[in-house]
Amino acid sequence: MGRLSVTLCGIELDNPLIPASGCFGYGHEFAAYYDIDRLGTFAFKGTTREARFGNPAPRIAEAPGGMLNAIGLQNPGVDAVIAEELPKLRAVFHKPVIANVSGFSVEEYAEVCAKLDREEQVGWLEVNISCPNVHGGGMSFGTDPAAAAAVTRAVKAVTTKPVLVKLSPNVTDITAIARACEEAGADGLSLINTLLGMRIDLKTRRPLLANVTGGISGPALFPLALRMVWQVSQAVHIPVVGLGGVSSAEDVIEMLLAGASAVQIGAANLRDPFACPKILDALPGVMDRYGIENLCDIIGGAHG
Amino acid sequence: MRQSLFTIAENTPLTASVARLRLRGNTAGITAPGQFVNIAVPSLFLRRPFSVCDWDEGSLTVLYQTVGKGTELLRSLPLGTELDLLTGLGNGFDMSCAGPTPLLVGGGTGISPLLGLARRLLGQGCEPRVILGFRSADDMFALRLFHALGLYPSVTTEDGSFGIRGRVTDAMDLPHSYLYACGPEAMLRAAAEKSPAEGQLSFDVRMGCGFGACMGCTKQTVNGPRRVCKDGPVFRKEEILWED
Repeated sequence: MGRLSVTLCGIELDNPLIPASGCFGYGHEFAAYYDIDRLGTFAFKGTTREARFGNPAPRIAEAPGGMLNAIGLQNPGVDAVIAEELPKLRAVFHKPVIANVSGFSVEEYAEVCAKLDREEQVGWLEVNISCPNVHGGGMSFGTDPAAAAAVTRAVKAVTTKPVLVKLSPNVTDITAIARACEEAGADGLSLINTLLGMRIDLKTRRPLLANVTGGISGPALFPLALRMVWQVSQAVHIPVVGLGGVSSAEDVIEMLLAGASAVQIGAANLRDPFACPKILDALPGVMDRYGIENLCDIIGGAHG
Repeated sequence: MRQSLFTIAENTPLTASVARLRLRGNTAGITAPGQFVNIAVPSLFLRRPFSVCDWDEGSLTVLYQTVGKGTELLRSLPLGTELDLLTGLGNGFDMSCAGPTPLLVGGGTGISPLLGLARRLLGQGCEPRVILGFRSADDMFALRLFHALGLYPSVTTEDGSFGIRGRVTDAMDLPHSYLYACGPEAMLRAAAEKSPAEGQLSFDVRMGCGFGACMGCTKQTVNGPRRVCKDGPVFRKEEILWED
């Protein structure tokens, strides 16, 4: 165990840095720029049963301290991911990966998870019940405790791998959803997904995104995400993966102190493709500055 | 793709809305004309993508139009400002298909990458023909940059205040071996339909990351969804599915 190592649902990570789903594709783009084996792991692009083109353009907008996206779960479908993306990934990434799954029905979530469960390189399944950019799926499961529990139970029934449920911040009480997922058997929780927002184009006086609304991500979200990690980690007994606006080694440490067992990094990778290795390089120095010997010792440390 | 710091050596207006930015730095990441750079504009989160107009070992030029907050901020930056750039993004133009007399068609700031392309086509012994389209004489720029290469573009203006009245397609009767075009999508489509030759088209779209990770700029093609930033911005004419 090194100074940076942490454990997520029984699997040891060399460090707590995990590029978040949707900001890292299936790993290849970044593998061309740096050795992605340096990462703790990463969560690959949200995968559905069928191939999806996603939403019409524009899908992206600037926001103060971040950005909006309304990609709409573009992906080649689970069969193509298994047949094409995972074999390519094995050549450049030699650690267990987080398979991120989305769906439009409980059955679809279970079917896609059952297929990915058979893939050796998949270490965890991350069930996205919080995508704000698709209609009739994603977030509609993540804003109701009973629906969130139903998806969790259905996925747990088809896999022996640890199941992380990725939660939406677009709710009144995130701890109620978190507890429902825990009771339904979730092994961990990832939070937060993007916050629902929009922009209006002053020239056309119409919504800037073709989808009208999109998910806000980036540094502006960090205090909100930290608050939710703080609340959820006190409300449940399963590990929490903290994400939302993390963009520096200091942010990583704050997330761990708030109760996260590991940290995902999303939008920062899109502004700077080298964001993760830069944060990783900075971590030991920042730990020294604040008298932290091992990262695993400080998880939840701010709760006193 | 390469990330490095560049210094603003020039940021001067060419017209009321178009300016030329010359940046000093390491351009080793650029491998083909038609590639773009993604500039981190101070105080903004998303980078802003710009076609490279031309480059040499120690500097690159971008011609850009102020269209929103990002380009307005860029316009306000003084000489000497350091900027964080990703360079060598996108595929760029494939010059191996040019033939002896390629036709280069540009509209608005889509003219920008055609200059670097023209210089390199001349270098490989082609005789490029160039058509540039503007709204009016007041919007014209870059003409002298082509003259400096010994190229004398046909110019069209929509209001007839200079050159041929009309659009680029009104000047496209020149015989040509291949088509290279960059500009607004309607212009690309009209040029592609008018030209009997094969060709490549460079698309200007809103992007997120600029290097293929976020799927923000996906375009449907005959070969399925393609990322304009990574699989483009240059596409072969026959790949494009035009939307009505």
